[in-house]
Order: sequence, then structure tokens, then C-alpha cells
Amino acid sequence: MALAKITSVSGRAVNVPGNDIDTDRIIPARFMKCVTFDGLGEFLFYDVRKQLDGTEKTHPLNESRFKGATILLSGANFGCGSSREHAPQAIAKYGFKAVIAENFAEIFFGNSTTLGMPCVTASREDIAKIAAFTEANPQGEVVIDLVKLEVRFGGQTVKIAQRESARDALVNGRWDAIGELIDGLPAVKVTAAKLPYLAA
Amino acid sequence: MPKNLFQKVWDAHTVRQLANGQTQLLIGTHLIHEVTSPQAFGMLRDLGLKVAFPHRTFATVDHIVPTDQFIEPYADPLAQAMMDELRKNCAQFGITFFDRATGKQGIVHIVGPEQGITQPGTTIACGDSHTSTHGAFGAIAFGIGTSQVRDVLATQTMALGALKVRRIEVNGKLRPGVYAKDVILHIIRMLGVNGGTGFAYEYAGSTFDGFSMEERMTVCNMSIEGGARVGYVNPDETTFAYLKGRPYAPKAENWDAAVSHWKSFASDSGAAYDDVVKINAADIAPTVTWGINPGQGISISENIPSPETATSADDKAGIIEALAYMKLPAGAPIKGTKINVAFLGSCTNGRLSDFQEVAKYIKGRKVAPGIKAIAVPGSQIVALQCEKLGLDKILAEAGFEWRAAGCSMCLAMNPDKLIGDQLCASSSNRNFKGRQGSTTGRTILMSPVMVAAAAVTGQIADAREVFSVTQN
Repeated sequence: MALAKITSVSGRAVNVPGNDIDTDRIIPARFMKCVTFDGLGEFLFYDVRKQLDGTEKTHPLNESRFKGATILLSGANFGCGSSREHAPQAIAKYGFKAVIAENFAEIFFGNSTTLGMPCVTASREDIAKIAAFTEANPQGEVVIDLVKLEVRFGGQTVKIAQRESARDALVNGRWDAIGELIDGLPAVKVTAAKLPYLAA
Repeated sequence: MPKNLFQKVWDAHTVRQLANGQTQLLIGTHLIHEVTSPQAFGMLRDLGLKVAFPHRTFATVDHIVPTDQFIEPYADPLAQAMMDELRKNCAQFGITFFDRATGKQGIVHIVGPEQGITQPGTTIACGDSHTSTHGAFGAIAFGIGTSQVRDVLATQTMALGALKVRRIEVNGKLRPGVYAKDVILHIIRMLGVNGGTGFAYEYAGSTFDGFSMEERMTVCNMSIEGGARVGYVNPDETTFAYLKGRPYAPKAENWDAAVSHWKSFASDSGAAYDDVVKINAADIAPTVTWGINPGQGISISENIPSPETATSADDKAGIIEALAYMKLPAGAPIKGTKINVAFLGSCTNGRLSDFQEVAKYIKGRKVAPGIKAIAVPGSQIVALQCEKLGLDKILAEAGFEWRAAGCSMCLAMNPDKLIGDQLCASSSNRNFKGRQGSTTGRTILMSPVMVAAAAVTGQIADAREVFSVTQN
């Protein structure tokens, strides 16, 4: 299974500001009553996007000028809370290809990387610059460059960061580790044999 | 060179380095439940893979089970579908399933320890962020996503980078009416909801040495609420005494060898840490949350923060957003806030000692009129233990509905939900917006005894006053 080498993501961006946006906010628990991830995209940020009767609240994702955005901007500690992969799955299935935030919760970050959806960090000031550009030019292109670790938009460039193991996995097309883990199975058996609780 | 427990367990379970620099880490014990596993089995089938070590995966059902309906099919067809899917997957791949008919079903983080599956010096993973609970035994236990559930099923390993280790030492005796739940709420308040990102938390000090296993589990459980994916306590005699005789614990002939092996994993004196935090147990008060994340906590005698007292622009924005959602008045005492619902249970506080402590104080008292109060044991075994001691009757006489085991109103994936903007005094672990099943529902986290005090007074109250607590 050859994986794509994800060296850059380009597209339009939308800013969903706020700190500590938790995975219950990203995908409320009631939408996890499913046995596949299909269709989760439509429930992304559901309770902040929709009223109880299904009509729309004021939310960046509801604005027509931001429809079709593929890069999500947000604040600090994005994706905190539950380990539910339903959260990055919902973001990806909605159509996003990358997230730029000040920082990410640990489990969310790993889950996203394994889906081939880069999560990169930037300073608050730089995210504000990208958000301001997007606000003024909703159709403007934003490019996340994982090789140079920078974001380019409207003639500006800002620095981004990403944990090296994740960046390496994305740009070299090994972000889903399953193949490599399977290759290691003979070594797994050797390690397991040394541990008394696994010997039985 | 002296090592801490995290490093020792990590080293013992390292299979090899992967190309991107991560470690292929052996996961000795894998726990699964109905919400995050069906897609993983689907991926396994799509890839034509088998379960590599089926005897090292254990399943139970907890998130979606109704607590007031025992006979299938469940009223909710989606819940029934998830139940059926797990049953089918376990049967097909030869995985042990603690189904309701076994009498051993319950919240996955309660079942593992009570079966003796959770052991010191082991690695554990489960598609649930509260897997950190198992660290109470000196295990390194990770919450994982569904793709990693697939990885563990297929290979009994996953790709991970090592964590830094922060030692959190709590020393001294807790004051009367202060519980393990208050300790972890205090820690999260102090270090922040993302203070632990990239860290494993090692909980240590005389307070933890004196804690029971159930108290240690309560603290480790909420590590993730402080951003730490892993939390643990070094194994000691308390740990070994808890495990002895449990179904999956080593048998008599292997017991001594197992204990000495387990002891070898405890952090060495002189081990290095990336950070050390020290807390005086006497400084910890009964703690309640007032906001929309577990770090927004105050002691019961403090006032609700106001935007004017914010320490930063971020803090100010956080306070404004939280107060608007919680509909609480800035600057007013939290004590006296009217509640609608009282919830006892969850993987944080749904164990025997939690119900014992509540029963001790609530005996002969009544839940205030108009308050819905439910008590949900964390497992069928906890339920049975409580029933044998008559705790269910004490709670029922007080006005709590005694329910069947499951996650219930902690995340409300079953029928137990808040309605509208009801305010719930809850012994669970998350107060996120909408967490308890209503998009405007409100949660205040606290210890079980504080929930009991709120239930009998109909408002957020100081359990020490309500129940005249003078000693623990």
C-alpha cells in the first residue's frame, strides 16, 4: 500500500478561533453511534454550527464565502479531551486536508497524522496574520510547505513547526505505520517472549 | 543509571526503531469497547489481516449500554447495532468478551483492574482517553485512536514517540472531606488542561503511598484532562495486595516471581525527571469546577471568577465564554448554585469505595425535592458488591435511582442525558459543553461525597458542613 508523500497542502483556509476546542465540540458523542466513519463530516462542530431545530447558527463554517476551505485555523490545545478518532475523521471527511493551530492535544495529533492530515503549529501572531488574509480574501490560496516548514499566503511567509517524526512520516509517505509494524512482527515475537506476562 | 518506571517499561517493550524515529512499542494488553473498535475491525477486514495475539485483547461494552434496560434488543437500534458488531467481532477473532451475560461487564477501566488483567510493568492501550486509569498499577497505559486499535489488533504494537516524565509529589495527609478527586482537580487547576502535553505524570509522595488502589485510579484516570496521555503510580504492597487472587493475576505458584518482577519496574531512587512538582496535601480543599473544562476549578469556599480578575487576555476570554455557557454570575460564591441533577458513577468515581463513602453520609438523608439523582455502578461486579452490602438500598432510600453498570451520563451515549440547560453535580471527568447529552446542559465536577451533598441540599454545597465531616 503506497502512501502519498505529503510535502505540502494548498487551498483556501477558514479560521475557527478559540482555545481548548475539545473533541466533544468537534464531534458530539451522539454522532459516534456508528460502526463506520462514513458520513461523519456533516456532523463536524455540529452543536456550535446548528440550532436544535437544525437551522444554522453563526459559525465560520456556515459562511458561504468559506465553503470549500481545506485548511482549518484554530487556537491552543486543539483537539483536547477524548481519544476518539471520529474527531479528525470528521474534519477530514468534511473536506479539510490540514490544521494549523498554536498547539495540539497529544492523542488528536497522532490520530490526525495517521490519517495523513498534517497538524502544524504556528505562533498566535502568525495564525492571526493568516486569518486576517483569509478574512480579506476568502478565495485566496494558502500553502503549507512541510519541507520548508512555512506557510505562504498573499505574498507573506510565516514559520510553522511540526514534530519531526510526524513531518518525516508525512513527507516520506509513511504516515500510516501499519505496513512497517507488520514487517516488524518477527521482532515483536522476540520481545514478547522476554516478558513473563506475555509468555502464557 | 537510575531510571524511572516509564523508561523501564518503555525499554522492556521496545521492539525496534521505525524509519521516522518513532518506536515500535509492544502493547502487552489491549482493551476494547463498542465505540472505537468496530471501524478498526473493518479496516482489518479490508486489509485482509488477522488479530496477531487474540488472547491479549479483552472486550467489554460500556458507552452505549442502557442502565435501565436489561433485555435486548435495546430501544435504540444504533446502540444495538454497536453491541451486535462487537459480539460478532469478538467471536470471529477469538477475543474474550465480558458481555453482560458473563456478570463481568462494566466500564473498561473498571473491568481491567477488577479482573487482574491490569498489572505493573506492563503496557496497555485502549481506544479511550481514560486508559491512563490503569497507570495506578504501575503500568504505562495509553488512550489511542481507532487506527491504532487496528495496529494493536494486527501487530500487538503501535508507533509512538517517548514521553517526558513529570513527577508530581503530593505529601502529607488530606484534610477531612478531601478526596482523591479533589487531588486531581487541584493538580489540573494548577498545571492547566494542556500542562501535561508531551508528558507522562508520575504521581508520588506520602499521600499517594497511603492511597488505596481505587484512589490511585481516580487520580490516574484524569491525567488526560491535564493533557498527560499517561499517568502512573509506582507499584507497592498496596498494588500487590489488590491483585492477589484476581482471575487474571498470576497464580500462587508464580506469585512471588511476579511480585519481584513487578517491583523491578518501580522508579529507582535518584531517577531523573524532566520536571518535578511538589504539592502539600493540606493545601488541597474540596474542589469543584465552574467552567467548561476540568482546569476551571475552585475550592468550594471560593467565588466564581470574574473577567476582571483574569490573569491574561486568554484567561479573560476563557472566563467570559465559560460563564456565558454555564449561566453563572461572575464573582458570586459557587456554594449555593442550584442544581437539577446529581450523577454518581463513571470510570473516575464508579467503584465500590465511592459508593461506600457516599452511603456512609447519605444514610437517613433524602435527596432534595425536584432533583433527579442517579447512581450508576462502574461494573456488574461493583453493583453486586454494593448490593451485598446494602448500599443500593441506602442510596435508593435517600432518593437515588440505582442503575445497571455503564458509562451512563458521563458522556450520555446511552439514554441517560441532561435535558435543556439542566445543571448536574457530577462525579465524572469532563465538563465540556454538551458533554452530558444536552447541547446546553451544564456540568460541575466534584467528588462523590460532594455530589451527595449537592443532591440532599439541591445546590452546590460543602459536604463537610452538610454531613458534619470531622475525619476521613
